[in-house]
Amino acid sequence: MENRPLEYDYTVAKWFMIATIVLGVVGMLVGVILAWELAFPGVNLMLGEGLAEYTNFSRLRPLHTDAVAYGFTVSGIMATWYYVGQRVLKVSMAESPFLMFIGKLQFILYIIVVAAVVVSLLLGLTQSKEYAEFEWPIDLGVVVVWVLWGVSIFGLIGIRREKSLYISIWYYIAAFLAVAMLYLFNNMSVPTYFVAGVGSVWHSVSMYSGTNDALVQWWFGHNAVAFVFTTPIVAMIYYFLPKESGQAVYSYKLSLLSFWGLMFVYLWAGGHHLVYSTVPDWMQTMGSVFSVVLILPSWGSAINMLLTMKGEWNQVASNPLIKFMVLASTFYMFSTLEGPIQAIKSVNALAHFTDWIVGHVHDGVLGWVAFMIFAALFHMAPRVFKREIYSKSLMNTQFWIQTLGVVLYFTSMWIAGITQGMMWRAHDEFGNLAYSFIDTVTVLHPYYTIRAVGGTLYLIGVFMFAYNMFMTMTAAKRVEESQMQNTSPMGA
Amino acid sequence: MFHWLEKHPFFFAVAVFVTIAFAGLVEILPNFAEASRPTIGTKPYSTLELAGRHVYIKNSCNACHSQLIRPFKSETDRYGTYSLSGEYAYDRPFLWGSKRTGPDLMRIGNVRTTDWHENHMWDPSGVIPGSIMPAYRWMFANEADVDTAYAEQVTVNKVFNVPYNKPIPMKDGSTEIVMMGASLDAAKAEALADAKVIAADMKNQDVKDMVASGKIPEIVALIAYLNSLK
Repeated sequence: MENRPLEYDYTVAKWFMIATIVLGVVGMLVGVILAWELAFPGVNLMLGEGLAEYTNFSRLRPLHTDAVAYGFTVSGIMATWYYVGQRVLKVSMAESPFLMFIGKLQFILYIIVVAAVVVSLLLGLTQSKEYAEFEWPIDLGVVVVWVLWGVSIFGLIGIRREKSLYISIWYYIAAFLAVAMLYLFNNMSVPTYFVAGVGSVWHSVSMYSGTNDALVQWWFGHNAVAFVFTTPIVAMIYYFLPKESGQAVYSYKLSLLSFWGLMFVYLWAGGHHLVYSTVPDWMQTMGSVFSVVLILPSWGSAINMLLTMKGEWNQVASNPLIKFMVLASTFYMFSTLEGPIQAIKSVNALAHFTDWIVGHVHDGVLGWVAFMIFAALFHMAPRVFKREIYSKSLMNTQFWIQTLGVVLYFTSMWIAGITQGMMWRAHDEFGNLAYSFIDTVTVLHPYYTIRAVGGTLYLIGVFMFAYNMFMTMTAAKRVEESQMQNTSPMGA
Repeated sequence: MFHWLEKHPFFFAVAVFVTIAFAGLVEILPNFAEASRPTIGTKPYSTLELAGRHVYIKNSCNACHSQLIRPFKSETDRYGTYSLSGEYAYDRPFLWGSKRTGPDLMRIGNVRTTDWHENHMWDPSGVIPGSIMPAYRWMFANEADVDTAYAEQVTVNKVFNVPYNKPIPMKDGSTEIVMMGASLDAAKAEALADAKVIAADMKNQDVKDMVASGKIPEIVALIAYLNSLK
């Protein structure tokens, strides 16, 4: 074999990077609009009475969650896969025209599916299950895109030069398999048109009814969080943090324990979404117990990452990229402690149905998922586009403004959630309910406003990110990868 | 063993899959048959109610309203008897929701009336000062999709044996029958007859005119559905 480094082909990675940025802006912009609508309901009519149907909170809400989860995050996962996969398997996409074709096809179909999702959700074509809103024709598209990703993963593994699979690959494989299983089972439905011959072609009925439907949905819903918002993001941090810092992963054994522990425990925890519902008690208890056990493998990964920085903490001050990743793993620890606390039955009785849950989701996704994706894209950009990052100070500003945004977000939602939960259950001295429902809504106005401000700050950071990346792609100083091998893009 | 797995991707993938699939099998399967049995008094939805349920789903009402009353005094005081598994036997999909930005609607039919809903959906904060719910005025103009509601009835009847046109036991020992039209036209005529009963309690002239001309606005179907939640 020749003695020069492999030339990796980042075409597909580049496309997905751009998709990540665009869909991140769209998804979070919709989120901020929703936040303002809750604080000031007049915003529901921002485009006038005629378009109220399409700017209304309830129509936009699934669009926000799906755009951020399956748009921004999944694009980020794909972008990093088409970058990290080649590098840790020591094989270039250019070596296999077949895999190159599969990658490009996957991207094109993915974009078509995303467009179909946006249009269909705005039109109100939804099956109402959270994070599984898409109707069956779109589900079929999702399956094709996902199978193509599987072909890409196992195809690249099939022609690899490095025989041992690096930790990141474990997590990508797990994400692929688990999402495939969960998505298929949760979306099992019968299209009504083909049975009855009348009505909308889009419509279908779930194969499961009532309590069973809820059980399958939250087995899916919770683990969609696990295998979209957790495992692939852990895959990213296991690659990018050691690479960027120049440090070796702290402990192989800890990564082993965390991986297999996470795989075994996570799937049990879905029951914590159904505490005090009509699913059997033992399932609720299993959900609670396993959620608490889940702290172990989650913290295992996070601590492993933080200890990887041992002796190199000065980098946190000097390199904004390391800042993003260290804060991401800190938020991962924080969020995976908060979740199990909310899963404890007595806490859940208070927290369920309140904004505290919304706060929990957002400290996870804003603090952990999105920060890690920003960091990954910042690390990849100089190597993919062969240009330096346009502005380091803009990165720093983005970091601080977004951190402030996240803190405002989750603190206001904690207070809102606990306040509302306490008011719902308050009884007066005669044993009557102390508050009518509307009292528990109007009291939240200040917190909804603070949340909207926090979200807006975060969105401003996303615009900075988009601008910085755009300038990096088009206008920044050129740099060759050989000049920055084993050094930070910041140092180059 | 782990070192070996890391060099053999196929077996690695199998090991991961077995590890993650295990929990689902143990948790979900044992309950399936039992949880889908209806309680006495639980009826399937009529054509118009089902069309209203589709309007509810189309507008993601479940994003802000739950349909699950937990067994706490504060909840039963506020919303009525706590939910039983069998009450959801005909709910496909389930609509428990995960967030109460607004109140629970599981038994809203016991406490609100047609004209209350009409006023409230037109101008929520006019009815409940301080409400942050947006108005849903387009429902007064858009036509409900009765065809698809009928298609769903036919489907659940054929595929899942949902008992339409059959006596269903009620709590007081009597029986009731929920009709499903023998044809689309029959189903439409029946839905329109139900819609006329609802529209008679409403005051919006456009709605009345639409129903009189044989069309069913979304709001009428939605109110039929909300009134059925008891």
